[in-house]
Amino acid sequence: MKDEITREDRVDALGGMGCKRKRVEDARFTQGKGKYVDDIKLPGMLFGDFVRSPYAHARIKSIDTSAALAVDGVVAVLTADDLRPLGLHWMPTLAGDKQMVLADGKVLFQGQEVAYVVARDRYIAADAVELVEVEYEDLPVLVDPFEALKSDVVLREDLVAEDGSLPDGAHGPRKHPNHIFTWEVGEKEATAQVIDSAEIVAEESMYYHRTHPCPLETCGCVASMDKVNGKLTLWGTFQAPHAIRTIVSLISGIEEHNIRVISPDIGGGFGNKVGAYAGYVCSVVASIVTGVSVKWIEDRMENLMTTAFARDYWMKGRISATPEGKITGLWCEVTADHGGFDACADPTKFPAGFMNICTGSYDIPTAYLAVDGVYTNKAPGGVSYRCSFRVTEAVYFIERMIEVLAIELNMDAAELRRINFIRKDQFPYQSALGWEYDSGDYHTAWDKALKAVDYDGLRAEQAQRVEEFKAGKTRKLMGVGLSFFTEIVGAGPVKNCDILGLGMFDSCEIRIHPTGSAIARLGTISQGQGHATTFAQILASEIGLPADSITIEEGDTDTAPYGLGTYGSRSTPVAGAATAMAGRKIRAKAQMIAAYLLEVHDDDVEFDVDRFAVKGAPEKFKTMKEIAFAAYNQAIPGIEPGLEAVSYYDPPNMTYPFGAYVCVMDIDVDTGVTDIRRFYALDDCGTRINPMIIEGQVHGGLTEALAVALGQEIAYDDMGNVKTGTLMDFFLPTAWEVPNYETDYTVTPSPHHPIGAKGVGESPHVGGVPCFSNAVNDAFRAFGLRHTNMPHDHWRIWKTANDLGLHG
Amino acid sequence: MTDKMHIKMTVNGQAQEFLAEPRELLIHTLRERLDITGPHIGCETSHCGACTVTMNGKSVKSCTVFVAQANGSDVTTIEGLGTPDNLHVLQMAFKEHHGLQCGFCTPGMITRASKLLEENPSPTEEEVRFGMAGNLCRCTGYQNIVKSILAAAAEMNAAKEAAE
Ligand code: FES
Ligand code: FES
Repeated sequence: MKDEITREDRVDALGGMGCKRKRVEDARFTQGKGKYVDDIKLPGMLFGDFVRSPYAHARIKSIDTSAALAVDGVVAVLTADDLRPLGLHWMPTLAGDKQMVLADGKVLFQGQEVAYVVARDRYIAADAVELVEVEYEDLPVLVDPFEALKSDVVLREDLVAEDGSLPDGAHGPRKHPNHIFTWEVGEKEATAQVIDSAEIVAEESMYYHRTHPCPLETCGCVASMDKVNGKLTLWGTFQAPHAIRTIVSLISGIEEHNIRVISPDIGGGFGNKVGAYAGYVCSVVASIVTGVSVKWIEDRMENLMTTAFARDYWMKGRISATPEGKITGLWCEVTADHGGFDACADPTKFPAGFMNICTGSYDIPTAYLAVDGVYTNKAPGGVSYRCSFRVTEAVYFIERMIEVLAIELNMDAAELRRINFIRKDQFPYQSALGWEYDSGDYHTAWDKALKAVDYDGLRAEQAQRVEEFKAGKTRKLMGVGLSFFTEIVGAGPVKNCDILGLGMFDSCEIRIHPTGSAIARLGTISQGQGHATTFAQILASEIGLPADSITIEEGDTDTAPYGLGTYGSRSTPVAGAATAMAGRKIRAKAQMIAAYLLEVHDDDVEFDVDRFAVKGAPEKFKTMKEIAFAAYNQAIPGIEPGLEAVSYYDPPNMTYPFGAYVCVMDIDVDTGVTDIRRFYALDDCGTRINPMIIEGQVHGGLTEALAVALGQEIAYDDMGNVKTGTLMDFFLPTAWEVPNYETDYTVTPSPHHPIGAKGVGESPHVGGVPCFSNAVNDAFRAFGLRHTNMPHDHWRIWKTANDLGLHG
Repeated sequence: MTDKMHIKMTVNGQAQEFLAEPRELLIHTLRERLDITGPHIGCETSHCGACTVTMNGKSVKSCTVFVAQANGSDVTTIEGLGTPDNLHVLQMAFKEHHGLQCGFCTPGMITRASKLLEENPSPTEEEVRFGMAGNLCRCTGYQNIVKSILAAAAEMNAAKEAAE
């Protein structure tokens, strides 16, 4: 009987890497038994709610809390004056700036937190919020970063010295009171020279509008101070629970071992839940003050208006080429609107994230990038919305510049990309702006994509459509959107990546139980990515125990090893690597145990799927299950009992996933309505751990890209009022607007990652946005359009058509 | 604050009786008063559908129903659709076809889909997309949700045919 089990059967039985394992998370989620932060209920728990500023810029003359305090059920109303003695009225931001927790004398954006009401239930809290009387004196509002850099209106008096001089910011000298930093990368003079003397130069200005990650679950927390034991427990929507623990400890003075941070199930993050928000600090303080637990949950409007915007980059580009289309230089200047406080979530040494990946997938010999951060009267944030630290902006920039250059050269944009791709033999490739691309095979991916969509056929159809349009036979134009992206994810090597001084390694700790099952804990936290499923698959392949016998646990700082969390597609590249490395430590010990049991030398046994067998005598073996038991019941000379391992993985480099996308879109010139007829997405994320989950990530990322490209924006009026504060105005596509996507792949493993994986969750968003946008722009190329800004909602597209004289 | 009202309703087959302010929202009644936390809150403005339940045979967004309006009603939530030992076909189909990621929209999605399939047992893909347009998902891009619902419909129809 035993002989009939083949090696393949044994591989299948593990449910390891590469299989479409069904998700272990789904049982609880499909039955309504997920445990999200708002599901937590503790005895006597109070509710916190904010009084928020209706003004974008105003001085606070007075706050009267008496009427609110008189409401039955209201326990406390906190203002900056209450937090000041604790030193908690301001808090540090992730970007080296500081931010008011509660308005300290003035407000800098609409929706800013002014007072925090604590009450018996959320209805009473909401009633009391209405009764807090705040007297404001409104100040001139700055919503345009270019104007802010010229204005006499000083937004941050706290950053101007008494003599009027400007002390350096966290990222060097500042040239105006509303200026935050200048970040320069590359060769300024050399690039200018190359471009100025080039035969072909294309220039374009583009605005990557402000938007918001808007996960379906808003941010929230429950703080519970146990005064008897001096222990604080903080549950919350944290994408980086360990970092939150350290931050809470640093700002509250509570020793880190007395703080337990728990991220329960999280209803999507997309970057929104990386930062530390006023709600967390106020809830902790309120729990300390009242001695009972306090819950704070944002409503949707608060979420859109205050926590974590993304993008808001004004970009100016120049790109030069030979007449044959070989790119010779790239220049990029960015004015970055950071809002009232610089709370961008980037590694410390990268104030504009990895914007310097803006040379994209192309072999560009000379380049220069300069980013200026600016304060305005908008909400702080600047998070990576489903992307790795400004990579979305970078990829959009270069993929638009390529299209504009193609127009300048009167060349096909697919061909222009092809002749400029970094060639396979050039990897590892040193980019002009300082990155070492680990691996890639762009030409193969591009050819596969173009073939799959019959690219030449599409162009022929498009040309015919233009003729028909000109002949008055149709009112619909056709756009072919292309994008080829290279992401940079998996931050990152501790030598250059840290957040608040914390190195961006990650971790995994494994315990094998005597009967051959296991638990592994990681420093990351899933927000829908399915870590409990996929990390068990990695381990199954590494340690030869079935994935179904491995529990994955994350998010509890009392039990999980320290790690920097989940964002920037870093879970697989960093924690996934830690998981494999910890697994290999288990295997190394298992090898010694197996050799002992088989009475041979360590080197005479080899790992084979789920066992160690004697080399050359595969019938002599010990399964990992048997080895696990032996680890607990045998006294093996020279080997400690037990079978556990921990790995802290400091990645030697980032990983560089890439992909080729094509979008075919029909546009009704008279209504501006877009119809996505086809979307093809080829992703290369290196080794594929679970194809089903990869596909799901691609569908989701593309849909968020569609949203951003076609309508989703956080818009302000001149007074700094948020115009898109509800889901009525803030575009989230429904099933009705979203197409079916075709997914495809190539596999170019990362050479430095233990299992060759690169991460995929954000690629489709990064590559998708320019693809949708290029389709819209491309539809009008035949009528002289070079560039039009996103979001391409129906009105803007109609306007583009109108400006081009297409309405007769 | 207003006077409390005497409310009676049936939730997942169980009779419930309590005093509540009429302005209390049904979603809070379910989640906070009755500890039925399957339905979620994503917006409180009727846009996202995370709070979807079935009330008197219709899909409703429970964030926009006052408990006063729900007085005397019969409410079913995700918790009333299946049990761990006897899952609803949709609950299995969503797992099988990867129709969920973070799971936050899932209870509302499945509850709405169950109603949709009662209203239209053999929907086309278009009909599913239209019928589900009141439920937002930020994670899946809907492709696998649609696939899950169509697969569940096919399975339910096959089971019905076999029984006949
Ligand atoms: S919470 Fe009810 S529709 Fe969003
Ligand atoms: S699975 Fe996350 S919102 Fe739908």
